[in-house]
Amino acid sequence: MRHPGRWVTAAIVCYLAIFGVYVVSTNPRFEWAAQWHYAFSSSILDGVRSTLIMTFAAMAIGIIGGVILAIMRLSPNPILSRGAWFFIWVFRATPVLVQLLVWSYLGSLFPSLGVGIPFGPSFHRWETNQLISALMAALLGLGLNEAAYMAEIVRAGIVSVDAGQVEASSALGFSRLRTMRMIVLPQAMRVIIPPTGNETISMLKTTSLISVVPYYELLYATRAIYANTYQVIPMLIMASLWYAAMSSVLMVGQFYIERHYSRGFAHAGGNAVRRRWRSR
Amino acid sequence: MMTQPMSNEFVDPTLVVQSKDVWKSFGELDVLKGISLNVPEHTVVCLVGPSGSGKSTFLRCINKLESIDAGGLWVHGERVGYIERNNRLYEMNEQQIARQRREVGMVFQRFNLFPHMTALQNVMAAPVTVKGVPKAEARQQTIALLERVGLADKMDSYPAQLSGGQQQRVAIARALAMQPRLMLFDEPTSALDPELVGEVLDVMRQLAHDGMTMIVVTHEMGFAREVGDSLVFMDAGVVVESGDPREVLANPQHERTQAFLSKVL
Ligand SMILES: Nc1ncnc2c1ncn2[C@@H]1O[C@H](COP(=O)(O)OP(=O)(O)O)[C@@H](O)[C@H]1O
Ligand SMILES: [Mg+2]
Repeated sequence: MRHPGRWVTAAIVCYLAIFGVYVVSTNPRFEWAAQWHYAFSSSILDGVRSTLIMTFAAMAIGIIGGVILAIMRLSPNPILSRGAWFFIWVFRATPVLVQLLVWSYLGSLFPSLGVGIPFGPSFHRWETNQLISALMAALLGLGLNEAAYMAEIVRAGIVSVDAGQVEASSALGFSRLRTMRMIVLPQAMRVIIPPTGNETISMLKTTSLISVVPYYELLYATRAIYANTYQVIPMLIMASLWYAAMSSVLMVGQFYIERHYSRGFAHAGGNAVRRRWRSR
Repeated sequence: MMTQPMSNEFVDPTLVVQSKDVWKSFGELDVLKGISLNVPEHTVVCLVGPSGSGKSTFLRCINKLESIDAGGLWVHGERVGYIERNNRLYEMNEQQIARQRREVGMVFQRFNLFPHMTALQNVMAAPVTVKGVPKAEARQQTIALLERVGLADKMDSYPAQLSGGQQQRVAIARALAMQPRLMLFDEPTSALDPELVGEVLDVMRQLAHDGMTMIVVTHEMGFAREVGDSLVFMDAGVVVESGDPREVLANPQHERTQAFLSKVL
């Protein structure tokens, strides 16, 4: 036998797995039938949809905001770069749960918000509680926090691009912005995409925090059910299976997007490293 | 806006590059210490000298990738990077610098092709986005250019799929796509395997033959002798000697030139 150690571990793992399945499937308190019943109820499906929409909306705000902040950070203008630095610092230095609560209670700090000249007249004012609905508070809380993290990811991607690329595109007469959009960012993508996929997968689960705002999503829907039925753990398992299923789909998407952006870098991927590592 | 007073100098508009006492420093380090050089139209100037003598920096000043600290630099009679108005110099804005750079093509030692674009896309990108040439037309021109450098069959390859020599030829086509009136080459063959040097030099030789004005930083003395109209030897930020390449190479006047040539020849 070539790898006796592998066969022994495989046997032990198999035995434990069979035991695990037996315990979980014969214990009636897991309430598998109820889980199956509620998993596709309209309230849970609404929650799933809301979770997905909030994930993508918050990531969209995060990515666009992150790109803008990263470009500001690298700007020669000190006001822009310091301003971006400060924004990133504030949002990374405080818990996202606190940020969500602050957005949702902003009305208690500023009962109304308006546009106008500071210390001067204001042209229009709104009630803060009307302007910042639960939806807005959730999007601002998740999106701006994400923008701060994305800014660091995008910046790492931008500085990873060879300076010769900027030189070549400047020499061809590309403007700074075009150089960024057409030359630097597409190459930075190779470095930006993997952590962004991670952030998206993480965001899917972070959206469960917006039930404090309060905004409807999967965990909110789940809690509403077990508040009535008292099937706490079974419903939490059901919600977890939903989160796991959605996360898995995102992971598959991440694989294809990474492959797309490694175009032209056939030999630069991590696979070569893995192969050499294993065959040392 | 930064301004600086202007000195009254004679600018010969027939010269492609006119450099008068150009100084450039990086912090404490003086890299160019008064470079004066004229490049007439349709000539090939070969710039040689030891590593660190400021050759790349001088090329980069010509298309404003670096700005000069003192002296004057003109391309086609137009001051590089500055606008002259009411006897004062005003720094150009980004668009004006970009417009000036379009007249000058640059080829780099490490090619600097865009790795996420095919050869065709590399060559087409600038004419389409910077000049606004319609795509179909730019494509025609690109194919013609790739044919000229002998790579029409490689137009859909990414840089990583091309040899160094092929990459450098695509890079030359990319620079030519902007229809520059001056080409700058910064050690275009130094990063190549010896057997690939010839194909790049062939393209450059053809380009010179077609009348392109070129400044070539190179260690290929055979090329300088054959194609160069003049050879400029630089060391430690100054032009040590210059003249007809065949004469300078056969009979270097200055000790530093002799020492350098004895190493590369
Ligand atoms: N951006 C820069 N910052 C600081 N020093 C530089 C920079 N670019 C070049 N130098 C220095 O200037 C000197 C001349 O460099 P370079 O023009 O590249 O020389 P060459 O091309 O002749 O080898 C070198 O000492 C180099 O280290
Ligand atoms: Mg150099």
